[in-house]
Amino acid sequence: MDAVTFEKVRVELDRRTVLDDISFRVRQGAFLGVIGPNGAGKTTLLRVMLGLAPIVGGSVEVLGRAPGRHGADAHVIGYVPQRETVARTFPASVADVVMMGRLCCMGRIRILRRHDWDEVHRGLELVGIEHLAARPIGRLSGGEARRALLAQALCSGTRLLVLDEPTVGLDLPSELEFYNLLRRLQHELDLTVICVSHDLLALAGQASELICINRVMHVHGDPQHVVHSHALREAYSCEFDFLAGEIAHHDRAGGSV
Amino acid sequence: MLEYVFFQRALVAAVVVGLLCGLLGFFVVLRRLAFVGVGISHSAVGGVAIGLLAGWNPAATAAVFAVLVALGMFWVGRDRRLGEDAVIGVFFSAAMALGLVLLSTRHGFQQDLFAYLFGSVLAISGAELAGLCVLSLVLGAIVVAVFRELLFIAFDEEVARAYGRPVDAINALLLVILAIAVVAGIRVVGVLLIEALLVVPAATAALWTLDFRRQVAISMGLGAGSGVLGLVASYSFNITAGGSIVMVAVTFFSLSLLLRRRA
Repeated sequence: MDAVTFEKVRVELDRRTVLDDISFRVRQGAFLGVIGPNGAGKTTLLRVMLGLAPIVGGSVEVLGRAPGRHGADAHVIGYVPQRETVARTFPASVADVVMMGRLCCMGRIRILRRHDWDEVHRGLELVGIEHLAARPIGRLSGGEARRALLAQALCSGTRLLVLDEPTVGLDLPSELEFYNLLRRLQHELDLTVICVSHDLLALAGQASELICINRVMHVHGDPQHVVHSHALREAYSCEFDFLAGEIAHHDRAGGSV
Repeated sequence: MLEYVFFQRALVAAVVVGLLCGLLGFFVVLRRLAFVGVGISHSAVGGVAIGLLAGWNPAATAAVFAVLVALGMFWVGRDRRLGEDAVIGVFFSAAMALGLVLLSTRHGFQQDLFAYLFGSVLAISGAELAGLCVLSLVLGAIVVAVFRELLFIAFDEEVARAYGRPVDAINALLLVILAIAVVAGIRVVGVLLIEALLVVPAATAALWTLDFRRQVAISMGLGAGSGVLGLVASYSFNITAGGSIVMVAVTFFSLSLLLRRRA
C-alpha cells in the first residue's frame, strides 16, 4: 500500500512553474529522501503533501486522501518545518510546544486533560528529552530544539512524518544522532518518513530510497542507484563534480552507502 | 474619593479595561501587532464621527467601523506586494481623515471628539459600565477558548495550517476582538492612549518571565493596577485620568527594565 502518490504533478507559484511532471510513489514504512539543489522545489513538494500549496495539474494522494482533506485527522501527517532557530523569548515551555501538536486530536471542546499531558510526556520520552519538559522552548540547544519539534510532530495517530531540512544548523554528531533517533522512531511507531535535504551525503546514508528533483523529477531509486546515476549530474549540473568527489570519499570512509 | 459613585464606576471601568487589554496585549506583543493596535484605535475616529453626525451611539458606530477597518487591513494585508505596516498606515490614516473631514462639516462637535481622543472615564454611566463589563467578559472568554490555538499560530503559522487549524479565521477573530476591545477602552484612556494599555503591561510582563501563564497574569495585573493607581493619582493631583493611568503603566515598565537588565 502506498502512503503517498504523485501523478504528473505540476505546481505554479506566482505564475512560475516550480514543479512539473512529478510522479512517484512512496510505500508505507519507507524512508524517502528528497534531494536537489537550492531552489529545486523541495519545500514546495512537501507543502503540496500537506495541502499548503495547490497543484495546477496532475493528482496527489496522501494516506488515501487528497492533501489537506484529512479534516480532524490532520495529524496523521506530522510536519517538522525548516527552522534554524526558535525565538529565544517565546513564552512557552517545551511541554506547551509539544501540546500544540495535540490540538487537532482534542475535538471541538479543547479542555486539556491529564491524558493529553500524559501523551505529551510520552512524546518527550520517545525523543529522549522528558527531563526538559518545563524548560522554556527558546532555551534549548539546536539538537534539543529539533527533538522538541519532532515530539510536536508526533502523536498517537501519526502515520507519516514529513521533515524539511531537519538537521540544518546542527553539527555532525548532533546530525547523526538526530537521524538515528528518526530511524528508531520510524521502526517503533511504524512510520513512513519523507525527509528533504540539500545535503545528499547525509540523506544517502539514512534513506531507503531517494528522489532527486530540480523543478522536474530526475531520478527515483535506492540511494546506491541514485548517487551513481547520470540523472543526478543533470539535477545538480555544475555542483556535481564537487559532490561526486565527496561521495567517493564518503563511500570509502563509511564503507556502505 | 471612594464615596463618589462616578469614581467607583471609573475604578471598575479602568480595572475591567486594564484586565481585558492586559490579556489581549499578551498576543499583541507576542505577535508584533503593536502597530495594528495603533491603526485600529486611530481609525475609530472615523466611526465616532459617523456616529456623532448621524445621531447614533458613537461607541457603537466606532466599534462597527473599527471592526471593518481591522478586517480590511487583514484582507489587503495578505497582498504580498505590500508590507503589512504600509497597509495599516494607509487604512488608519484614511479612516482618521474621513473622521476629520466629516466632523469639519459641522460646528460644535470638537468637544465630543475631544472626549473620545482623550477619554472620559469619570463620566461613564451605570448602563455603559454594565455594557462594558458584559462585553469584556464575552471577549475575554473567547480569547481564553482559543488561547492555545493563538499560541500555536504565534509559534508556527505554517505548521498550524498543516494540522488543519483554521488559521485565517482565528487571525481574523483576534483582530475583531482587538477592534471591539480598543473601542471599549477608548472610553477610559482615549483614542490616543489606548495603545499603551495594549502594549505596555504586556511588554512589561515579557521582561519578567518566559511562561505564558505568568506573562498573562502579570500583564492583566499591571493593566488593572495601573488603572487603579492612575485614577487615584488623577483624583489626588487633579490631572487627566487617561494620561495618568498610562504614566503609571509606563513607570512599571521603566522600573522593570531597570530591574531586569539583560544578563
